[in-house]
Amino acid sequence: MSTVSTRSPASTDPDSAPEGGAPQRTGRRRTVRDKQWPAYVFLSPWMIGAGVLTLAPMAVSLYLSFTDYNLFDPPEWVGLRNYTEMFTEDPRYWRSVGTTLLYVVVAVPLKLAFALGVAMLLKNLGRGRSFYRSAFYAPSLLGASMSIALVWKALFNDGGSVPEALGWIGIDTGGWVGNTDLAVFAVVLLTVWQFGAPMVIFLAGLQQISPDLYEAAALDGAGRWRQFVSITVPMLSPVVFFNLVLETIQSFQVFTPAFAISGGDGGPADSTNFYTLYLYERGFTASHMGYASAMAWMLLIAIAVITAILFRTSRSWVFYADEEGGR
Amino acid sequence: MNLAVKRRLPHVAAALGLLVLLYPLAWLLATSLKPADEVLTSLDLWPGKLEWSNYTTALEGVSGISVGRLLGNTVLIATGAVIGNVLSCSLAAYAFARLRFRMRGVMFGFMVATLMLPHHVVLIPQYIVFNQLGMVDTYWPLILPKFLATEAFFVFLIVQFMRGLPRELEESARIDGCGPFRTYWSITLPLSRPALITTAIFTFIWTWNDFFTQMIYLFAPEKFTITLALRSFVDTSSMSAYGPMFAMSVISVLPIVLFFFVFQRYLVQGMATSGLKG
Repeated sequence: MSTVSTRSPASTDPDSAPEGGAPQRTGRRRTVRDKQWPAYVFLSPWMIGAGVLTLAPMAVSLYLSFTDYNLFDPPEWVGLRNYTEMFTEDPRYWRSVGTTLLYVVVAVPLKLAFALGVAMLLKNLGRGRSFYRSAFYAPSLLGASMSIALVWKALFNDGGSVPEALGWIGIDTGGWVGNTDLAVFAVVLLTVWQFGAPMVIFLAGLQQISPDLYEAAALDGAGRWRQFVSITVPMLSPVVFFNLVLETIQSFQVFTPAFAISGGDGGPADSTNFYTLYLYERGFTASHMGYASAMAWMLLIAIAVITAILFRTSRSWVFYADEEGGR
Repeated sequence: MNLAVKRRLPHVAAALGLLVLLYPLAWLLATSLKPADEVLTSLDLWPGKLEWSNYTTALEGVSGISVGRLLGNTVLIATGAVIGNVLSCSLAAYAFARLRFRMRGVMFGFMVATLMLPHHVVLIPQYIVFNQLGMVDTYWPLILPKFLATEAFFVFLIVQFMRGLPRELEESARIDGCGPFRTYWSITLPLSRPALITTAIFTFIWTWNDFFTQMIYLFAPEKFTITLALRSFVDTSSMSAYGPMFAMSVISVLPIVLFFFVFQRYLVQGMATSGLKG
């Protein structure tokens, strides 16, 4: 980071600091520091947004999670009842937690494995690399749309291309969309289809690994697998970590594909009732805003805990060659 | 001979992978042109007969609202969001990247932390506020937050970009008597063009693809976006309307595809830098 560590005095009289002449300026890279108020002008939209649209709503939804609230009557304080109901009396809640966890645990590693594999393939492709990079990236932009979710539903439905193709090679799955065990995997595959975004990041990371390392390893007789394990993996681990955190956080919040594939109800038999779908149903369809707020806070806590665990474990497997985060 | 095969192998693998990856898009295009009786009986990608009437049916739109109107609505929201994000995020980013002020570290930390915040935690209170302001079923809840730099991802992206810019130009501008606002507007902003373009394109595409927020806030069919219309089209029509439904799907993803072709360089680079300079 290229910040300058000298603190500016709490109050600076503009008249005593004539243009270009603050006395303690020594470094070449001094920035504007004479007055603080312009900074707050620049920040004012962000500060209003952070206060009014982030911090205050967080506090309000925490409060609402301890109430019964239907949007029309004033909220009624019920203490921990929403939470106890969620944990002890609502099997659908646990079903949605299970579905979402299954999805995250399968989809995120699979997507990242594809992204890394294809990035490795493209790295040494030579001609055509940037064409393939762009082409593989395209699904990442389209995959979140309703249109593609509808295509997915048709492809995995009874008689759709995927069950038919699997039938040709002797695997008879029937339609995935109507199958309580397979429906969630249709959503998983839609996520994996969008491996292009992490792939682009991996590819950029791979290109920053110095070729000298591979040459030295090859001279020492290291084979390709050994080079992958001993050079590529450690050198790329910060990028893997970045992608892992990002994809995990995003995956917990998946909504549109599950909504479209299940026709909006999380079916069949709640098998695609992802956490966000259930939250929407309880909050906006059934008008239990208090309960939905409690669910939102549990989601926040879950994401915070999982992110913290990832950061904790990262100490043992993420390798930073240069602590300055060099390029 | 063995060597030639070995050298070709990655190309063959990449080409095959691309075919699999693009199959859903080819299927979408093919189905949008198939007559109703072919949709469910034939797995052929190429339609036996091109049914252009699927598109004329689709263009009529939903509940008497034409597709032109629906696309116009979506463009309006997306444009508002783009202007809001580019303006407010670059303002905040300039302060974080270039100016000293008290609580800077705390505020920057908070901004980065909101990258991880699930939207659902603020969703319901925001809805209550917009509801009380009488803004539900208007475009304000979809556009206004973008003018308040609520998308930390873009603030972060622009901060990272601005930090990489040489300071000399800004320095000399300041010595020539440019205040921070002039410097921001005439020096830093033009230099940050790549980051701003990336922000604009991603905002446009994400707003275009958004479904959840639009579904929550918009009710009147004449205010619908193309995504909402597509969904209500699915709800109201039977299997026989498969062709028109996918014709409408093609129309709704077309702007994204066009954006992709025009701006792919910025998209791919923006993605790569946001991930690496963290």
